[in-house]
Amino acid sequence: MSDDLLDVAQRIAADAKPGEQLEAYVVRSRETDIEVFGGEVESLTTASTAGLGVRVIVDHRQGLAWAGSLDADVIAETVREARDNAQFGEPDEFYGLASPADANGSRPPELDLWRAELEQVSTEEKVKLALELERATNAADSRIRNVESASYGDSLSEAALANSLGIAAHTRRTTCSASAVALADDGSGTQTGYGFEAGRTLADIDFEKIPRDAALRACRLLGAKPIPSRRVRVILDPLVTRSVLGVLSSAFNGESMLKGRSLFTGRAGELVGAPHVQLLDDPTDPRALGASEFDGDGVPTRRNPLIVDGVLQGFLHNVYTGRRSGAGTTASAIRGLGSTPGVGVRALRLEPGPKSPAEIMRDAGDALYVQSVSGLHSGTNPISGDFSVGAEGLLVQNGELGAPVREVTIASTLQRMLLDIADIGNDLTFLPGTVAGMTLCIGEMTMSGA
Amino acid sequence: MIDQNVMEATLAHALRNGGDFAEVFVEDRRSSNGRFDDGRIEELVSGRDRGAGLRVVRGDTTGFAHTADLTPEGLRLAADAAAGAARGSGGTVEVAPLGASREHGLAANVVVPETVEKSRKVELLARADASARAAGSAITSVTASYADARRKILVANSDGVYATDDVVRTRIAVQCVATGDTGMQTGHEAPGRTMGFELFDEFQPEAVGERAAQRALTLLDSVPAPSGRFPVVLKRGAGGVLFHEACGHGLEADHILKDASVFKDQVGQRVASPFVTLVDDGAYGREWGTLGIDDEGHPAQRNVLIENGMLTEYMWDVVRARKAQRAPSGNGRRESYRHLPMPRMTNTFLLEGESDPDDIIRSVDFGIYCVQLGGGQVDPATGDFVFGVTEGYLIEKGEITRPIRAAQLIGNGPDVLRMVDAVGNDFETWTGMCGKQGQSVPVSSGQPTVLVREMTVGGTAA
Repeated sequence: MSDDLLDVAQRIAADAKPGEQLEAYVVRSRETDIEVFGGEVESLTTASTAGLGVRVIVDHRQGLAWAGSLDADVIAETVREARDNAQFGEPDEFYGLASPADANGSRPPELDLWRAELEQVSTEEKVKLALELERATNAADSRIRNVESASYGDSLSEAALANSLGIAAHTRRTTCSASAVALADDGSGTQTGYGFEAGRTLADIDFEKIPRDAALRACRLLGAKPIPSRRVRVILDPLVTRSVLGVLSSAFNGESMLKGRSLFTGRAGELVGAPHVQLLDDPTDPRALGASEFDGDGVPTRRNPLIVDGVLQGFLHNVYTGRRSGAGTTASAIRGLGSTPGVGVRALRLEPGPKSPAEIMRDAGDALYVQSVSGLHSGTNPISGDFSVGAEGLLVQNGELGAPVREVTIASTLQRMLLDIADIGNDLTFLPGTVAGMTLCIGEMTMSGA
Repeated sequence: MIDQNVMEATLAHALRNGGDFAEVFVEDRRSSNGRFDDGRIEELVSGRDRGAGLRVVRGDTTGFAHTADLTPEGLRLAADAAAGAARGSGGTVEVAPLGASREHGLAANVVVPETVEKSRKVELLARADASARAAGSAITSVTASYADARRKILVANSDGVYATDDVVRTRIAVQCVATGDTGMQTGHEAPGRTMGFELFDEFQPEAVGERAAQRALTLLDSVPAPSGRFPVVLKRGAGGVLFHEACGHGLEADHILKDASVFKDQVGQRVASPFVTLVDDGAYGREWGTLGIDDEGHPAQRNVLIENGMLTEYMWDVVRARKAQRAPSGNGRRESYRHLPMPRMTNTFLLEGESDPDDIIRSVDFGIYCVQLGGGQVDPATGDFVFGVTEGYLIEKGEITRPIRAAQLIGNGPDVLRMVDAVGNDFETWTGMCGKQGQSVPVSSGQPTVLVREMTVGGTAA
């Protein structure tokens, strides 16, 4: 791919009329997706996509339009629609595009997110890897009766943002991932388990770990059943920790704070977590798959501490919420083609603690180890903080993993859980998406079961 | 959208090196949406997305490619990519002559969104916002949003299918936050239909705003949900999503053929209490999941899935139906031309029974009454599912008493179907988006008031 995508964005932005601010956000990607089943390729998808989002601000009114094509007629229609939509917006003195001054002196981090070698991998080789992944998952344990799905996917993508105030940002990245879902049965009923890996190129993927994880996670749940309701110490798998932090992340959203919809509104400077809790969003960390040189306004990203020694530091902002709150942008604008920039995390993580997962389990004594949760979006509410999810996993007895458990729920509130963090594992794991995980021990939650 | 002879040539090109089946799916989608937040219009967005998805099936392998280039040359290149990706060992078919076009147009009386001035959409949101704010001084935040989409599709395949559809969907959503001594609580209401702007003759924006606000206000006085196993009564409309999760997904043929559903090999067997009759009906009225044709060109139809507790049928798309050597059931759906179709639900209904809803509530000594559910999730291979309660109450000695704060209910599909002890003689539907393997499609679910003997309630109270 060439760098001319930025040219496309700059040409659109250069068409701004006098008194008008015009921004073009342009994306392009190539993707391969392979699903295998029963020793055959079930589907193979190859695709190139492109699209643009155009934002217009005139007289402090804002309008947006988008399209899934970069054809000249479509670009022209999109700009027209954005201008038309701006007429129906209500004026807001804080509306305005980013300017080079919003960088506040910081330069874009140097991140190496593009691995050219991924382009050279043939489709045949990718198919072979996916078929081998299925075979290895089937063979990983005699109790695996079937592999529900095994897949490989990669993408080469780039994005450019240019506006009439002089912002010109370009970023590109490669990603690739593979996963398998195993079905295990030993006569006691079916259990499922998955394994997955993601990275920037094939060399980042451990194709032997995926079958091992899928088989282990399915097989160790065999015979699982509900256990009686009680209050219990809970140890979260890194994947579950990632999900919980993902729900919590919207509480740091400056837009939610301004609109009174964050459970942390008005609490900056207060103790909101256990004193050993350090939480930060750091898109400048190249290990994070969500790392990026620029945010969705085109401003260079930076490292943003959110909780230090349990104390809430503040909120994340884009250009708009930064101006409206007076705090300034933290370069945390998130955007898709079809909406104005929101606010969000890109690389949220806790600082790891001193203990290994085994040490956390040993010190916990009796607990519930939660391997996976369900209903995260229906059972948690980042505004009220209510938290109730379905859980499956294993009992921890005398510091060791024991009997499998399913069809129970664990409940608390997000506020309570942050204060109840007893141990943070040393096993920081970077994962697909915008949040990293590690083993996490929560002092007490309510478990509902049999 | 594209000439019939271009479609025929593209299909022939796709199969020129062999294959069992080829299909061209063309989509042109225009959408608009607006958000009213903090008492003013914050965002007005227009979108346009058009392109084509091409697939070639050879043996067990589907090759798929999509393109935004709808010229004959663009379609040929995508056909090459799809054919190149389909490497299974398969036969050779000739493209059947495309039949007479099966055209589904807009329903009568649809007020097409393009003809509605943007200022009217904005005004609608202002009315919903004002009504929500007027519901009580404890309402501290209101977000009202509007969305419409007009989706034209054209499907042609090597079996000779040639069909078009033109569908408009419109939805309004209001989310409120109420603040009180116990912190913040939220309320949400979001009706949508396969309709144009005439939706608002049926759903007044004021009523939608008021309903969302009342939900949030009610929760300010709520008590923590209990934890443990209790009887659960689902108010009409509220629990459709339970059946969507508890068994709907497990009846989709892809899970069945992969031996990844608890309902495999159960056709003709009892899987639910005799009170349970479940249908999926893509042709029903103008519900949110209603279609003229599915995304593979087959007419939407009514499929009885469970009849008086006996499993009668699964839901099929083209690829799975070919494998099982049967006809598809009109359930092949995809999010957009960028996605492969798969078996999906449309409007999934539990049919009415004979019990008086009030009698059902009176029969419960202590339990949970669910008025609104916030979505759920299922693992079809195990049948284990959850769903969130966003408006619920305690039932104490046959009376609905205190509101409870958001709780998750958890259960196992086959278990819960057998524990349906009563089905009311009332009925209502619910609007939702269903996610599966990264694809989101509009669905509705519906049911009468239902009593489930026992489910695990995941609250925080002892």
